[in-house]
Amino acid sequence: MTAASPPTAASAPAPAGRTGTLGLALRQFDYWLTVYRRTWKGSAVSSFVMPLLYLTAMGVGLGGFIDDPDAIERLGGLTYLEYIAPGLLAATVMQNAVFESTYPVMSGIKWNKVFVAMLNTPVVVPALLLANFGYIAFRMTTIAGVFIVVTAVFGLVPSVWAGLLGLLVAVLIGLAHATPVVALSGRLENDAGFAIVFRLGVMPMFLFSGAFFPVSQLPAVFEWLAYVTPLWHGVELTRMLTTGTLEAGMAAVHTGYLLLWLMTGWWLAIKTFSRRLVQ
Amino acid sequence: MVVSRFVPGRKRVGPGIESLTVTFGDRGALIRARGLVKRYGDFEAVRGIDLDVPSGEAFGFLGPNGAGKSSAMRMIACVSPTSSGELTVLGLDPLADGSAIRARIGVCPQEDQLDVELTVRENLTVYGRYFGLSRAECRSRADELLDFVQLTDKANAKVESLSGGMKRRLTIARSLINQPDLLLLDEPTTGLDPQARHLLWDKLFRLRQQGVTLVLTTHYMDEAEQLCDRLVVMNDGRIVAEGSPTALIAQYSTREVTELRFGVGHHEQLGGKVADLAERIEVLPDRLLLYTDDGERATSEVAARGLRPDSVLVRRSTLEDVFLRLTGRSLVD
Repeated sequence: MTAASPPTAASAPAPAGRTGTLGLALRQFDYWLTVYRRTWKGSAVSSFVMPLLYLTAMGVGLGGFIDDPDAIERLGGLTYLEYIAPGLLAATVMQNAVFESTYPVMSGIKWNKVFVAMLNTPVVVPALLLANFGYIAFRMTTIAGVFIVVTAVFGLVPSVWAGLLGLLVAVLIGLAHATPVVALSGRLENDAGFAIVFRLGVMPMFLFSGAFFPVSQLPAVFEWLAYVTPLWHGVELTRMLTTGTLEAGMAAVHTGYLLLWLMTGWWLAIKTFSRRLVQ
Repeated sequence: MVVSRFVPGRKRVGPGIESLTVTFGDRGALIRARGLVKRYGDFEAVRGIDLDVPSGEAFGFLGPNGAGKSSAMRMIACVSPTSSGELTVLGLDPLADGSAIRARIGVCPQEDQLDVELTVRENLTVYGRYFGLSRAECRSRADELLDFVQLTDKANAKVESLSGGMKRRLTIARSLINQPDLLLLDEPTTGLDPQARHLLWDKLFRLRQQGVTLVLTTHYMDEAEQLCDRLVVMNDGRIVAEGSPTALIAQYSTREVTELRFGVGHHEQLGGKVADLAERIEVLPDRLLLYTDDGERATSEVAARGLRPDSVLVRRSTLEDVFLRLTGRSLVD
């Protein structure tokens, strides 16, 4: 070809210079920054204030009413406030992570189609998902961070390490719920399914996965159902950290179970997104 | 009019020029397809098409809705895997190098897919980052492109507030942020008013002059005639004709068309009386079309036979005549 021929491969990257998934995910940083800038204020009450109101009403109000030596013994030596603080943390993270995995994801696929537009660029499905989960992890860090700092002020976090590990576990809980729900959002044709997710998934899990009372209080069937939920494992793991009752074996089981949800969800999300967006 | 300094698509010809030769070798075609097929389940949207689009060409896909144009475009854009057949884009295999190919193409999809909550400028800068451009580079290119598509005044407006034509121009500007070698436009002017269409055509024409290879789909014949060096007509997943607009008209139509309007209901019976005056006639409910190289002569012959049409129109043959001949007049969907 002569110099007169127009394009242009001159400055174009050769295929040899292929960017990896992580690199492609990082290119979406500015996009997610704009998303955070426009949503954090609107979600501040539900993310930061609501959990603390719950904590005050149930931990301080209800707790002060029911705490007696007998009750404390039945909660394994914990006041009700000490008991529900980690539970609320885990349940709040779950709730917010699921929300971030529903409507915003459907919007990217179907409404404003930002994800569709991204895939017209070098961005690939795993990189797109990685960036989205990175954003959700960041959101969970801020939500759990505020919660942990406030509860630490009230003496509910035994050490800095417990707080930092709690933050890490919160992110794990968030992602263990986010990946399968994102995968589901990649399949749904409209947002009607989300109502079912919240009514039959999030709400019952929030209430019955050991955040507010031991699941042994439930009828046997529901008790076992609670053990299957990733949230129960998240609640137990968080409680171990904040109450200083960490036990390696069970901690490994809880972590492993949450990771199992996370990885299965990740795998499914790649599948549903590829089928939906690259077809 | 202010002529933009920005020259999208034209890169500094320099050290990389060898790599151009290496990349394309002797193939010369930016897009090459052989027996390209796209299946969705049992449905075959594209049924084996062959294409060669050389660098610098403005190439069009014409066809009615459902002809397979968009499916073909999506395969070329590397967002839709081919079902069978061969396809290379920019000398690379979409399956193995989709991401690297997409780095060098610009896509203007049928729907705008803009982020309506961001400003006009942010839509460009955020998008530029996906190509690995630095923030500074994104900003400077965004400004040049806003100038190019005449949206500088709207730079800080939310996309929500833009008119359809402005959104379309912004989408085209966005597709140029990576200075693509190949620009894919899926129905670029559908739904726009004539002013907006002409403005867009002007922009696309400039890009073409600057050497950007354009591939577009359209079902506007005037658009195809204005913009395309060469085009294919698709129908039912296949290519039914291929050539330059003039060549297609020469091959599938005549130089001129005489349109005769008599009273409604008479056309069927009058058709036989004038059939020998043209190479081909077409009887429509509201008029008779005489395809001939000399429309005036046909008109006077009609008069000489004592026929008195209510109105007569002699016009040049257009791509629309070719299109309707090749794809039929019945509605597809």
